[in-house]
Amino acid sequence: MAERSPTQGAGVTAAELDRYRPYLVRYARLQLRDQSSAEDVVQETLLVAIENGDRFSGQSSVRTWLTGILKHKIIDVFRRGARELPLAAAGRGEDATEEQGLEALFHADGRWRAMPGDWGDPDRAFENQEFWRVFEACTQAMSVKSARAFVMREVMGLTTDEICKELDISATNCWVLLHRARVSLRACLETKWFSKAR
Amino acid sequence: MMIPSCKRVSELLSQAQDRPLTLKEKFGLYLHLALCAGCRRVQRQFEFMREAMRRYVEGDIDGDKARR
Repeated sequence: MAERSPTQGAGVTAAELDRYRPYLVRYARLQLRDQSSAEDVVQETLLVAIENGDRFSGQSSVRTWLTGILKHKIIDVFRRGARELPLAAAGRGEDATEEQGLEALFHADGRWRAMPGDWGDPDRAFENQEFWRVFEACTQAMSVKSARAFVMREVMGLTTDEICKELDISATNCWVLLHRARVSLRACLETKWFSKAR
Repeated sequence: MMIPSCKRVSELLSQAQDRPLTLKEKFGLYLHLALCAGCRRVQRQFEFMREAMRRYVEGDIDGDKARR
């Protein structure tokens, strides 16, 4: 009789695991900002899942289980990268550019220089494939540091404390990065989508 | 009490997604939002971006799914 693989034993086949690949790659690409790195880390994730399929208890969904493995893989990549180039030293130039971009939005007294645009019913954009291409481009346009903090918060669901620990920054610095990321994404979406859609 | 500036309000709108605001911060924020249409737009836009990010990651990014 053919030996059952661990994944079959747990009721999750390798073919079923592979169905989650597009979702996992999208998740990893947001963090790593590179298609081939994302595919590599997803491949490692699926291999771990296949090897440890017998540990999958079924208490969570397969996707939640895979996402948990992927999070650890992504954090491993960050830690390796941080040893080579600490985050504080990464992207100093684009950091200053992003800060200048933020300052340029406001008068010296803190009022908006230009009234933020009216996006109408923005939820309609969800139905437009082209919007998602613009959205992805805008997430890639953030500085490395801001994007990393933003995706850890919004995609990986880490708390501010966890982000501070992973990136070795203070809470105040973390809030600054998250604010910059949101302002940058808002400005990009307004320029590249909503001002054109009106 | 000083009403916070638009710049400070955009910071508070962002931080409200990451930590509990103090009573003083909430009061200043709500007072400003009551008076400033631009910042009310930004508040809605930040919420929209959070939902967009969730849908993007979930793969809920085509018309059929979006309409469901």
